[in-house]
Amino acid sequence: MTFLHRYRRLAPYVLLGPGLAWLALFFVAPLGFLGHQSLQTQDPIALTYTFKWAWHNYSDALTTYHTQLLRSFEYAGLATLLALAISYPLAYWIAFRGGRWKNVLLLCIVGPFFVTYLIRTLAWETILADQGFVANLLRHLHVLGANGRLLATSTAVVAGITYNFLPFMALPLYVSLEQIDQRLIEAAEDLYASRTIAFLRVTLPLSLPGVFAGTLLTFIPASGDFINAQLLGTPNQTMIGNVIQSKFLELTDYPAAAALSFILMATILVLVGLYARALGTEKLTG
Amino acid sequence: MTIAAEPLAVRRRPLARAFGFVRRHALTAYALLAFVYLLVPVAVVVAFSFNSPKGRFNYTWQGFTLNNWIHWDAVPGIRSAIKISLEIAAISSICATVLGSLIALALVRYGFRGRGATNFLIFLPMSTPEIVLGASLLTLFLTMNIATGFLTIVIAHIMFNISYVVVTVKARLVGFDRHLEEAAMDLGANGWTTFWRVTLPLIAPGILAALLLTFALSVDDFVITNFNAGTTVTFPLFVWGAARAAVFPQINVIGTAIFAVAIITMLANIVFQNRRSRRTA
Repeated sequence: MTFLHRYRRLAPYVLLGPGLAWLALFFVAPLGFLGHQSLQTQDPIALTYTFKWAWHNYSDALTTYHTQLLRSFEYAGLATLLALAISYPLAYWIAFRGGRWKNVLLLCIVGPFFVTYLIRTLAWETILADQGFVANLLRHLHVLGANGRLLATSTAVVAGITYNFLPFMALPLYVSLEQIDQRLIEAAEDLYASRTIAFLRVTLPLSLPGVFAGTLLTFIPASGDFINAQLLGTPNQTMIGNVIQSKFLELTDYPAAAALSFILMATILVLVGLYARALGTEKLTG
Repeated sequence: MTIAAEPLAVRRRPLARAFGFVRRHALTAYALLAFVYLLVPVAVVVAFSFNSPKGRFNYTWQGFTLNNWIHWDAVPGIRSAIKISLEIAAISSICATVLGSLIALALVRYGFRGRGATNFLIFLPMSTPEIVLGASLLTLFLTMNIATGFLTIVIAHIMFNISYVVVTVKARLVGFDRHLEEAAMDLGANGWTTFWRVTLPLIAPGILAALLLTFALSVDDFVITNFNAGTTVTFPLFVWGAARAAVFPQINVIGTAIFAVAIITMLANIVFQNRRSRRTA
């Protein structure tokens, strides 16, 4: 590309310009506005907002909604662990036993997620319904009491979140498992490592980047989710996303909603940082 | 499994061999169960598109009918919702693919100041909860007195789609052999010709994948759209509204149709790639 060669130093900026400008305008700037909004106060009568460095919005939001915040991270954490437990063996099986069917099997993982999110969640509502097959079976087996419910419980919400974010876990796991050089495992076995030891000392460490990426890609959207809590839960399962959503769109309490959004983001960043340190990202990316 | 491990396997005790057999099949059984778990909700969506429900909700099986498929647009508002969703997806996926592919090209081909920062900026929207993306955009539009509607949804969709395009196209560009371009230039092709005849055809699969992915993400998006839609109703917003009042089997019909289109597209892609790899092998 001679025209680019001639202006080699400018070329990347020309290519980056439009896209980054879009992100600056509609991603970075809005976060600034959100921060600004979170420090405003609302006039209770005129319903107007004035900027006052109202840091108390944050402490107020935390005292009022710490239950929902903690619940969000609890549900998201549980769902992430469940998704990992379901996806790891599955990804392993496809990567090492899939043979020529690998792509079709991957399609079985990705496929369900092309059913619209909301419709998929409504399908779970049908499956877990009080008179549904699963609830009746569990009642019959006395796992569930006579009046026991599946729908409108924490279990339903966590199950819904697990299902809805599963491919975000399964795909990175598959990619990292698929890349493993089989000869390394063979070498371990040649050196008299048992299958278990070979897995623990070779396969598992090599798949950790996938575990890292997968858990983050599942945990982050899961902690901000409100659809599962709304459709599969009751007010007792309200997550922080539900609070933000209703404050923004129904109650128009913008400053509190903005403060909560920042608290959510900040908590996620701290958790991700701690997690990255615990797992040692230098080892993972380097 | 491996040639080197064979003699070891033969020397193993029968008990250990039985254990190995069970373990091997336990994994397969586990994987199959996981597939059942993944596919049951899809089966429910498809099955209930053929249900003929009594009353407002479509939760229990009442009987088979094709009516929902024949009269797929019998519910007021569903037709316009689908049309709006498709329009938004088309515009936003094309714009995001152009903007994102250019960024990917710059990131892979050039060393420049601010490369790390750019990578970080691309990564950030993907690691921000959707609700924060939606809420912050709404704040921007409210502050700027921009009425929310079709245009603001398109703006939002382009924004969250750009990062996905960059990641998808970048993956394709990394394995790209720069020597092919140099060879074209050595053979007298100028910059444009090289770009159109060599570079673009080589990265085209990545761009196409990005286009399809962002189209799908756009059609599916609810959270961000919900914040920036105003009175405009996309298909997911229509489903959300319906879920509170009455769930029509037509919703399942459209859900099934979207699913079928996506699956057929991906299967076609797999077949195409298999053919191509067989031809080059």
